[in-house]
Amino acid sequence: MIWQLDLILCIFIVICAVAAITIKDLLAAVIILGAYSFFMCILYTGMGAVDVAFTEASVSAGVGTVLFVAAVSKTKRRSKD
Amino acid sequence: MTIKRTVNMTKQSDDVIVKTLSRLLIPFMQIYALYVIAHGHYSPGGGFQGGVILGASLILLAITYGLDNALRMMSERLNTILCSLGVFIYAGIGLLCIMLGGNYLDYGALDKILHVDIAHARSLGILGIETGVGIAVMAVMASIFLDISTGGLPSTKERDQSD
Repeated sequence: MIWQLDLILCIFIVICAVAAITIKDLLAAVIILGAYSFFMCILYTGMGAVDVAFTEASVSAGVGTVLFVAAVSKTKRRSKD
Repeated sequence: MTIKRTVNMTKQSDDVIVKTLSRLLIPFMQIYALYVIAHGHYSPGGGFQGGVILGASLILLAITYGLDNALRMMSERLNTILCSLGVFIYAGIGLLCIMLGGNYLDYGALDKILHVDIAHARSLGILGIETGVGIAVMAVMASIFLDISTGGLPSTKERDQSD
């Protein structure tokens, strides 16, 4: 894999992971977690693990995001801490 | 910063664009999921991923057309039956292999009842397993979404009172 692209993806993944756990708005945190999952998916594809990437894209970025949004819509949107 | 009340995911959407697009998209999602399940043994994908995509199509239906319309097509009772049926197919094919003289999930033993050569019997056995996994995962994904979005309340009347 091209190392420049690898480096950019790793930086994006770290930024998304830190943003998802520090942001106060829980809906925004869920969407950032979805973006994190898609960057992980691209990274897995670059490493040649297409099956893992497929699972990551469909489960974590697809259905997981929807389930988190449903949970946020039934509870409070703003985090207390 | 004030945050507005979040949308209700169980009511029918008013947006004509969302409803038309999802009506066009859901059949293609389901065909793609069947493709992923059927080609699971020689390309990326398989029963789990295909089942998740099938479940996602049901979730999209529940979000855009309302939970009651989705429950009319996929009731809780049917969900439970399909969930057990998927596990039954998986375990049943595995036990059938034991009964025909092989190990658990040793698909080569299936050639005695399928009347094909061993390589073909293994391919068909994997297809049966993938089908079972796909059915179970689809039912479980739809059931998790229904439980979360209704908050565990069974009927429409009780949901309206809780809102």
